[in-house]
Amino acid sequence: MLKLIATRALLGLVTMFAVSVLIFICTQILPGDVASAVLGQGATAETLAVFRKELGLDQPAYYRFFDWMFKALRGDLGISLTNQHVIIDELLPRFQNTLFLAGYAAVIAIPLSVGLGILAAIREGRPIDRISNILTLMTISVPEFFIGYLLIMVFSVQLGWFPSLSTVFPEMGFFERLYNTTLPALTLTMLVAAHMLRMTRTSVLSIMSSPYIEMAFLKGMTRSRVVAHHALPNAAAPIITVVALNLAYLVVGVVVVEAVFTYPGIGQLMVDAVAKRDVPVIQACGLVFSGVFVGLNTSADILAILVNPRLRHRR
Amino acid sequence: MSSSATNEVTGGDQRILAIKGLRIEALNGNVIVDNVDVNLKRGEVLGLIGESGAGKSTIGLAAMTYARAGVRITGGTIVIDGVSVRDLDAAGRREMRGRRIAYIAQSASSAFNPAHQIIDQVCEGPIVHGLMTKAEAQAWALELFRALDLPNPDTFGFRYPHQASGGQLQRAMAAMAMSCRPDILVLDEPTTALDVTTQIEVLILLKRLIKEYGTAGLYITHDLAVVAQVADRIKVLRHGKEIEEGTTNDTLHAPKMDYTARLVAVRGASEAERANPDTVKDDVILAIENCSAAYGPLTVVNGVSLTIQRGETVAVVGESGSGKSTLARVITGLLPPIAGRIAFKGEPLPKALKERTKDQKRIIQLVYQIPDVALNPRQTLGEIIGRPVHFYFGTSAEETRKRALELLKLVELPADFIDRRPMQLSGGQKQRVCVARALAANPELIILDEPTSALDPLVAEEVLKLLKRLQVELNLSYMLITHDLDVVHRIAHRTAVMLKGSFVAFDSTQRIFDGPYHPYTEKLVTAVPVMRTDWLESVLAKRAATASA
Amino acid sequence: MKLFGHKPPTTAWVGLTIVGFNLLLALLGPFIAPYSESQSVGHTWDQGLIEIEIHNGFVFIWNTFGPWFGADPGDYVPTKGALILGADQIGRDMLSRLIYGARMTIGVALVTTVISFFIGITLGFAAAVLGSWVDILLSRLVDVILSIPLLIFALIILGVFGSSIPVLVLTIAFLDSTRVFRLARALGMNLTVLEYVEAARLRGEGTWWIMRREILPNASAPLFSEFGLRFCFNFLFVAALSFLGLGIQPPYADWGGMVRDNAGAISFGVLAPIWPALAISTLTVGVNLVVDWFLSIEARPSGAQAEM
Repeated sequence: MLKLIATRALLGLVTMFAVSVLIFICTQILPGDVASAVLGQGATAETLAVFRKELGLDQPAYYRFFDWMFKALRGDLGISLTNQHVIIDELLPRFQNTLFLAGYAAVIAIPLSVGLGILAAIREGRPIDRISNILTLMTISVPEFFIGYLLIMVFSVQLGWFPSLSTVFPEMGFFERLYNTTLPALTLTMLVAAHMLRMTRTSVLSIMSSPYIEMAFLKGMTRSRVVAHHALPNAAAPIITVVALNLAYLVVGVVVVEAVFTYPGIGQLMVDAVAKRDVPVIQACGLVFSGVFVGLNTSADILAILVNPRLRHRR
Repeated sequence: MSSSATNEVTGGDQRILAIKGLRIEALNGNVIVDNVDVNLKRGEVLGLIGESGAGKSTIGLAAMTYARAGVRITGGTIVIDGVSVRDLDAAGRREMRGRRIAYIAQSASSAFNPAHQIIDQVCEGPIVHGLMTKAEAQAWALELFRALDLPNPDTFGFRYPHQASGGQLQRAMAAMAMSCRPDILVLDEPTTALDVTTQIEVLILLKRLIKEYGTAGLYITHDLAVVAQVADRIKVLRHGKEIEEGTTNDTLHAPKMDYTARLVAVRGASEAERANPDTVKDDVILAIENCSAAYGPLTVVNGVSLTIQRGETVAVVGESGSGKSTLARVITGLLPPIAGRIAFKGEPLPKALKERTKDQKRIIQLVYQIPDVALNPRQTLGEIIGRPVHFYFGTSAEETRKRALELLKLVELPADFIDRRPMQLSGGQKQRVCVARALAANPELIILDEPTSALDPLVAEEVLKLLKRLQVELNLSYMLITHDLDVVHRIAHRTAVMLKGSFVAFDSTQRIFDGPYHPYTEKLVTAVPVMRTDWLESVLAKRAATASA
Repeated sequence: MKLFGHKPPTTAWVGLTIVGFNLLLALLGPFIAPYSESQSVGHTWDQGLIEIEIHNGFVFIWNTFGPWFGADPGDYVPTKGALILGADQIGRDMLSRLIYGARMTIGVALVTTVISFFIGITLGFAAAVLGSWVDILLSRLVDVILSIPLLIFALIILGVFGSSIPVLVLTIAFLDSTRVFRLARALGMNLTVLEYVEAARLRGEGTWWIMRREILPNASAPLFSEFGLRFCFNFLFVAALSFLGLGIQPPYADWGGMVRDNAGAISFGVLAPIWPALAISTLTVGVNLVVDWFLSIEARPSGAQAEM
């Protein structure tokens, strides 16, 4: 059991290493020459040479990789090419903003969708299940910005309840921050909740068709007891996986939602960097996003091991 | 429900279960069970027997007023101890289930909830139904565990399902069914998923349990010999309709209907029929010397030697996990052996499939256990049978089709089947197609991997006859892999008994079965139910005798 | 009426209609659009026929049927309601641009999905059939790629190479093929263990033949549904990238980019960015409804429906 968890955690670290190698390859090796890629065709040989040196491109690739990685581990993500800012200083507060928004959405989305998902599963084929099926299908099909703009149209422009732009700054109080981020959080919630609900429903349904559920009914147990006592303990592991998967999706979905509400998060930072082709910032943001993603998946797997009775009680 | 109705159905008789005019339909309107009556007295065991699709499990579940998804009970009355259960509301039905009538399923390993300890699941019924306190229920469970000969009964219950073996779980499920001291047990193929040697243990215990607590039983199975050991009466079903019902003795010895007579005859055939010795030529086709095979670090076949002659059938028997199927994979080249030699007609055969020539692949063909997955559902029979013809002999499209038609005729299938797809065929017909596909390569040796065990007995009988006929006509050699000693008896010239990867015996079939036995062979041979009502008793007596001696 | 031997429910008909209508737009766009995609015919964010206003919590959808009631058809004067869906940020007809945008937006997503499926299915089946190191290598590689969120990965690549339509299509196709790979491999794995595939292998058939003749026909139903889902995903993906300014670049009209360009209108209560967003949503809902029907044909009732 402990060994399994340790193995899984180690796998997470190995994955993270592989991911950073991959990011490095994509940003430094694939383009051939970052310097000419960034400066464009008009650059003279001289400026190129200077710029290459500045980027450290005269060093061999493996050296640059380990240099980059060890610095990143110490928190040094380099310097932005476009505005010469220290990346970590710019990134950290924005990362916190993003986490705040994602956390806000998660707090609403998880209980809502897991609850409704279980309800839809045990009422399979009844009206509540059909309605939730169509509603979630609609929500899944709709792009983030559509939901975002609809919410702005209704709650901000017409009703004036919430601001259309989610400005936050460090000195802002918790509740004001909460108020200002309500619309983006709702947008994210709707997106993720639909996915989570559908996946929860599917995993509970697959459990409800196991022979031991039929056996419980044949023992004369009530429906509620069968669900609570026989189905849910076994559904825990798949539901945890579903939640983690969607939390990861949430962190990524944030990129577009931040753009809609011009929210100062890490997503905006990355999009700006991509538009300006600021490679060190792109690398840094990619690393942070992937780190969150890998971290969530790893912890989900570990949690799933913890709640699996077959693994908890070995032979 | 009116009181007069109650009186009428009770009628003052001793019937604990009375099902009348039961009709069950699928949601698409197909009738699964048609006008079936079931009457069960207190303490009596009724065997429900029939082929797959006869509707016997559906009837068993209907007795509990339970219908699986996709089917529903559309007619008839079900009366348990004077109460018409179809007229009860949901709560009333729940009161019946588990408490008055309990269920034992075929596969215990999937019928236990992996999240809870066995004892909690066994005690759940009496506690939730309010029959016992937790302490009482646990004490009763321990008594049942002891009665069922479970190892360490005091601590067994605290295991989780995945920590117990299949045979143990099957017994634990019997305990779970008995936990509320029900009046009726529905036993749905309770020993079918078990190995023969385990099956007999569980059978003995179930029989004892039913007798000791005077429970009535509805014993559902496809195996006439098994039901003969436990049932007082037998009801034969086919396609959802009743064929006949009678006492066990009458059904076995004086069946009224032709269908029943054939069922009995198939089971009895092994007593008389033997392999035809004339087909065997003194010409060794396949020789295996000291072969060992492993999956990773796990050695599954250990130093096996075997020869097969032209026109000969060599059977390899053993329980699941004995390595007999692995041996087949070794011969076909799918799993290269880690040691030993394989020779075909004196020429050494490369170990791995990749290294064998096209012709070396052609001469050995395989027929699988489950014809449903052995045929590509998206191809027509013409493509399935024609492909090897074209592949090995490079025939034109026209010649290929002509040959495919010949092959269909050879396996006794109509010519117009050539454009059908496997889905439109019955199980027996599919297996014939598999045989035709093997024959299409003009092989010299066909490996038969449990060729009849997925088929219903009457269909299996036909396929066996076909195989015997083809052996004579085409001078084929067979290697038969099976757990079914009946089949071995009837078609194998020589038999190898396999245990944990090695042969414990390899001799002519006659000598293997007549003894003197290797202890394991004896265990295997005596565990096969024989169609006599007193077989189980005789085995028990014999065991007691050896134990005391 | 029956389709593929089954009777589609109402929802499926709605979906089929939407998909058909969009395909028609994509094919015939230039012939039906009232104006060209670059022609300026009005003023910035001219109102169309439909506006939304909310008074005291009630939603009013307000129509002005200008063109039908007196507006001069030969006159481009920006009368309120002269253009059915209004004008965009530089006065081009929104409806025409939507119609032109259909071809670009749907086309890019479709080409992407086809490439993605070709790569994913080929490699996925190969991994399943060949097994051993081929499978291990490909699976590990896909695991690593999937450890980076797709959008982020796409951003990284676009940031390095710059955004152009070929880069966009190849990037998304490559990333999306990892998902297809996983499905194809899983389907292939389930099928390769079946005896009829083993029979073909024993006969000596080659890998390509086994993939094409034994596996593909039996995996086609789930792959077909997946094609619909992946198309939706890629379609939304392209739209999201365009919305972020990193996808299809001007002057081409594409729905995601149109949302971005008109985003500013929202604060004036003008519906301009809503129309392209609605177009995107409608098509994805349509495809999903069709896929949902397809999946429900294959699905069996589960235990939760049993008679209690």
